[in-house]
Amino acid sequence: MSALLEVNNITKMFPKVRANDGVNLVVEEGEIHAILGENGAGKSTLMNIIYGLYRPDSGELKFNGEVLNLSGPHEAIEKGIGMVHQHFMLIPVLTVAENIVLGAEPGGISYNKKKANELIREISRNYHLEIDPDAKVKDLSVGLQQRVEILKAFYRHAKLLILDEPTAMLTPQETEELFGIMRNLKNQGISIIFISHKLDEVKEISDKVTVMRRGKTVGTLNTKETNEQELANLMVGREVVLRLEKSEYNPGDVVLSVKDLTVSDEQNIEKVKNVSFDIRSGEIFGLAGIDGNGQTELIEALMGLRPIKSGVIKYNNNNIEKLPTRERYKLGISYIPQDRQQEGLIMKFSVADNLILKEYKNSQYSKNGVIQYKRVFENASKKVEEFDIRPTDYNLLAGNLSGGNQQKIILAREVGSNPKLLIAVQPTRGMDVGAIEYIHKRLLQLRDEGSAILLVSLELEEIMSLSDRIGVIHNGVIMDILDGKSATREKIGLLMAGSQIEAKKVEV
Amino acid sequence: MNKILKSIYMPILAVIIAIIIGSIIMLVTGFNPLAAYASLFIGAFGTLPNIANTLANAVPLIITGLGVAIAFNAGLFNIGAEGQYWIGAIVATWIGYSFKGLPWYIHIPFALIGAMVAAGLWGGIVPGFAKAYTGAHEVITTMMMSYVAIYFSHYLLEFGPMMEKGSVPQSPLIKDSAIIPTILRNTQLSYGIFIAIAAALFVYWLMYKTVWGYEMRAVGFNQRASKYAGMNVPLNIVLSLSLSGIFAGLAGAVQILGVQHRLYDSFTSGYGYTAIVVALLAKNNPIGVVFSALLFAALGTGSQYMQLNAQVPGQLADVITGLIIFFVAADKIIEVLKSMFKKQKKEELAS
Ligand SMILES: Nc1ncnc2c1ncn2[C@@H]1O[C@H](COP(=O)(O)OP(=O)(O)OP(=O)(O)O)[C@@H](O)[C@H]1O
Ligand SMILES: [Mg+2]
Repeated sequence: MSALLEVNNITKMFPKVRANDGVNLVVEEGEIHAILGENGAGKSTLMNIIYGLYRPDSGELKFNGEVLNLSGPHEAIEKGIGMVHQHFMLIPVLTVAENIVLGAEPGGISYNKKKANELIREISRNYHLEIDPDAKVKDLSVGLQQRVEILKAFYRHAKLLILDEPTAMLTPQETEELFGIMRNLKNQGISIIFISHKLDEVKEISDKVTVMRRGKTVGTLNTKETNEQELANLMVGREVVLRLEKSEYNPGDVVLSVKDLTVSDEQNIEKVKNVSFDIRSGEIFGLAGIDGNGQTELIEALMGLRPIKSGVIKYNNNNIEKLPTRERYKLGISYIPQDRQQEGLIMKFSVADNLILKEYKNSQYSKNGVIQYKRVFENASKKVEEFDIRPTDYNLLAGNLSGGNQQKIILAREVGSNPKLLIAVQPTRGMDVGAIEYIHKRLLQLRDEGSAILLVSLELEEIMSLSDRIGVIHNGVIMDILDGKSATREKIGLLMAGSQIEAKKVEV
Repeated sequence: MNKILKSIYMPILAVIIAIIIGSIIMLVTGFNPLAAYASLFIGAFGTLPNIANTLANAVPLIITGLGVAIAFNAGLFNIGAEGQYWIGAIVATWIGYSFKGLPWYIHIPFALIGAMVAAGLWGGIVPGFAKAYTGAHEVITTMMMSYVAIYFSHYLLEFGPMMEKGSVPQSPLIKDSAIIPTILRNTQLSYGIFIAIAAALFVYWLMYKTVWGYEMRAVGFNQRASKYAGMNVPLNIVLSLSLSGIFAGLAGAVQILGVQHRLYDSFTSGYGYTAIVVALLAKNNPIGVVFSALLFAALGTGSQYMQLNAQVPGQLADVITGLIIFFVAADKIIEVLKSMFKKQKKEELAS
């Protein structure tokens, strides 16, 4: 094996931040090389440099032994470097084929659809990436969209594929599929750089791991010769507790009560069917399920973002199903939406402005319609410190923060306001182990102080370690509500797949 | 300070590049660029009356530009500022000549407010509701409404109810009590300039310091996240477009009360369209709008002088205007030029 990519002493400054500070990395041919590092460590920046999106301030890139001087991604692509970004860059209204060939159409100006489809089918076959070229991208699941991104790279003959947090938005099943694809590619001699915050994934799929901390590479290890604890410690620079301490379950009054709730989607198809459950104060209620089984519709209905068809939603014994979203926030409900960039943040607002996105109208932050920026900044500096948002300059635009730090802004806003009811969808998505540890602690602290928490996550691990009770949703129906302590992975898995009878058997 | 510098850096660079390319064009076509730019500058700022006329030219551009910038800030493209400007002018003229015996401190505000309300409704109600509730694109609706306004005013003036007796298609003169006085005799500069500057400060305050501005900008950047934050997105769209229209209407009114004193058939010189460029160059910053309007006003007054004194065709000013627009709209091109320049420097250093 020989080095395909060599990164020598790369440095990249952003205003006020040294995102990469003397980075070194060697990726061999046909290896899967994981990059680990805290939020803001500089992983995405490094990848963007390799992909030609950013220009390094100093240092050198070598690809196939040749020095690269990239002036843009088109040159990286030409050399055989492909990248799937942390946030996809597809055009939803176009078809799969159109997205893949965009910018490199066969037959030049006049787009030759038949030829394009043929080419794509051939590549799909060669790399085992099945997909329908005529499907519209907006109709595809996240996993399939990602596949389109990967195909896009191979349509342009990539020899090195960069995957920036590809599993952050995938279901466990989709992740397994992706790993299958990755192994296949590896066998064909393709090199892959894989970024993830999930140590078990890194352990499972990679050959080597390079750890980054505060813009520097602190070491490269053979995956086989290390373990999760060592990786976590290396990454954070201190001992990390991977196990949670949880106090006794001590539920109080019912805070949220959902009864016979039915919700339809835009096509008027029922996505939530007669769902009923209660959440008490001092309780974390986990909602487990495979993506697309009605979770989104249920949550949006609870928040007043989607009309309900029938049923009752009660909060502290008052009906709230007719209240507009803002009124629900005012009652002390907090909400962490699934998509941080589209739903949770205004990327072009500063961190400070984003931290008051729900509360800018409250007397705390505005007087007679004028925003009291002194208070806004006080709040911002407090939250930035409390939730370890990096960099600490709250005047930066949210869009200039790393993915995990963007998520921290939302958490600081929603958890930091000490809600009486918190609805959290994938709250720790894209966060590093240290940050997850902190957020989990905060969630448990909220619970111990008497808040009710509805936790929606695609990750069973997270649900099982935090929840006092676990509801499993399948096809819009709550299959069963289990006790958090005694629920097993196997049983939840069966219920998620819709098999009540099988699940009953497990109990015996 | 650093932040301000950074935000005006690109527009200034765009202007400089446009000027350089303008010089090249002049050299190639056999004119002396130094002489041309000198006379352009003298024409715009050389004498007190010239300065006054440049400032006077800037007034409608500033106010209309503010209107367009408000809409841009809310993520909306108000292409119909021209029509809203006409509506404002019509209403101000009508109030100006049909009410007798009012003191100036009632007559002027009355005319201004009337014009603002009418233009606000014109720009906000139809396009705003159409956008908010049916998704009809505001570029289409504001433009349609704009044409309606322009043709409506033609009708009013050409043998319509607002035509003065006689055969000239123009309205009667407004009463003295409705006239915004001139600051410098024999120039067009009226106290309207203070209205323009106050408007810019007000819009800045509104957009960046108030709850309403916060909401409008949030909706402008990301409707979905705004909805998730509990904001009323459709209401904000209607309000932003109305506010945008209000300022375009104010511009028309100030121009009538301060400069024209009556409505002619062809009294605008496309301020509503230039305002779009003004707002773009200012990156939608209300304070920036003042400066970018001044620049375009100066190009306007300066080019006439240049044509006379440097014998350079006045269209050259249009070419420079066009180049500025091009480089503002294409700041990516500037990025590329910049990085090429950097690369070259690096290579020079290395060798
Ligand atoms: N466009 C930008 N402008 C200014 N600063 C930036 C920009 N992009 C990244 N940064 C800063 O550079 C640092 C590294 O960010 P980067 O996105 O590379 O982190 P990361 O390791 O990918 O983190 P995460 O795990 O959260 O995705 C951060 O401090 C971030 O705020
Ligand atoms: Mg990242």
